[in-house]
Amino acid sequence: MNKQRRSVVQITALIGLMVTTGLISQSQAQDWNKAAFDGKSLDDVMKALGASGFEKSNAITLNAPDIAENGAVVPVGVVTSLKATQMAILVEKNPSALAAQFFFPEGAQPFVTTRVKMAQSSNVYGLVKADGKWFVASKEVKVTLGGCGG
Amino acid sequence: MADPMRVRATESGGVVDVKILMKHDMETGQRKDSSGKTIPSWHIAHVAIKAKDKEVFRGQFGTAISKDPFLNVKFKGAVKGDEVVVSWVDSKGESRTDKAIVS
Amino acid sequence: MIKKILVGVIFSFSHSFVFAQSNAEEIAKYRQMIADGNPSELYEAAGEELWKKPAGPKNATLEQCNLGLGPGVVQGAFAQLPRYFSDTKRVQDVESRLMTCMETLQGIASQDVIKESFGKGLRKDIEALTAYVVTASKGAKVQVLAAHPQEKKMFDLGKKIFNYQGGPMDFSCASCHAEDGKRIRMQDLPNLTLAKGAVEGWGSWPAYRVSSGEFWTMQRRLNDCFRQQRLPEPIYGSEGTIALSMYMAKTAHGGVIQTPGLKR
Repeated sequence: MNKQRRSVVQITALIGLMVTTGLISQSQAQDWNKAAFDGKSLDDVMKALGASGFEKSNAITLNAPDIAENGAVVPVGVVTSLKATQMAILVEKNPSALAAQFFFPEGAQPFVTTRVKMAQSSNVYGLVKADGKWFVASKEVKVTLGGCGG
Repeated sequence: MADPMRVRATESGGVVDVKILMKHDMETGQRKDSSGKTIPSWHIAHVAIKAKDKEVFRGQFGTAISKDPFLNVKFKGAVKGDEVVVSWVDSKGESRTDKAIVS
Repeated sequence: MIKKILVGVIFSFSHSFVFAQSNAEEIAKYRQMIADGNPSELYEAAGEELWKKPAGPKNATLEQCNLGLGPGVVQGAFAQLPRYFSDTKRVQDVESRLMTCMETLQGIASQDVIKESFGKGLRKDIEALTAYVVTASKGAKVQVLAAHPQEKKMFDLGKKIFNYQGGPMDFSCASCHAEDGKRIRMQDLPNLTLAKGAVEGWGSWPAYRVSSGEFWTMQRRLNDCFRQQRLPEPIYGSEGTIALSMYMAKTAHGGVIQTPGLKR
């Protein structure tokens, strides 16, 4: 079995494990979206997420620094007034654009903050799915490489 | 079992704010070790957060999430004293579950 | 013509000055954004477990370890280190003192820690324990007066090493850390010869270093400074490294401890 197939089988087995241990509910069990995480461009990822398109929205705030001192840890937050059921964070110039995706069941606030790795200065995208449609906000984040000090 | 997470949950105005630090190398699969061999990718794949037996958040991480991942989410529907349960499963099948009481 | 050149020079100088200022501001914003949620906490939690877990040939915990304030007292202990210990008859920093405790209480040989690499095995344990110990002094004021004759001797030795130029580039610690306003690429370098700078340096390490994704204790920070100067690698927990810590700590006396820090 080649490596790729093995990891897909592993992931599928994991889902089963999470469902049986009650970590994720049966009805919401989804495969780790390998196609989306392998996507090289914004379009690749969005297609894999099942989006037919996406439009810019001012109702999304993307919180990220203008300059990140080190590309290994870049804080990124997405918050929106839209009724988000799903969100995704993408880093345009990373080898694979999708960093993470999030699901918001009933009661969850449309807010998430995490930290991503950025290979180089790049646009960062915060995508939000609301009412079956996808919306986007973006920001340019410059990455410096400390190198010596601190 | 994998190393423990740090989970903090505070409630204010009906909204529970959960901050999580997970211990994980999050290898991208792009790095090489000192002998020149590629270090295989290894990362947290799924994160699930429950409160009062109900799922309040779910996430899928890729390798671009930073090492020792940080996650901050918010939800309604729990009060001070309630338990928040955070779980993750990684690409090797290792898992970790930790709890916190909402303060 | 000269006037034009002068104006051009002044303009470009002030422009780059403004650019540098706003860069510093943006980096300050970046550091603030990641301040809450310092992965050092993960090391602190691991350290607390190690403190309370029986280990070594003697199968004992570290709960009787005396860091200077009495057996088992962790709260505020880091604030008064390095210091002279009458049982070992020498001045010790937090890492060497933890090694002493591991040896006397648990039977784990210090040589095994010294032989190890940073971030691995027993050294990793010391790093976690250090995170635990320093967190218990967060917010406290540095209490290092170097009054004991051995402590004064170490302070003087530390100052001497600090200013000792050597290696292929003729560097000393002072080459980077003895003047205000110096920086390496995007990081400001604290002036460790003055109280203000010493508090910035001594008070913010140990720290989680995002570029390596690991918790760096002062022993590791010093080791890397030696490497950057192209000087030979100091022995882990050696007298010279403790002397440098003593020099920094005494100069920082009275300042507030911010560690564990979060560095690039």
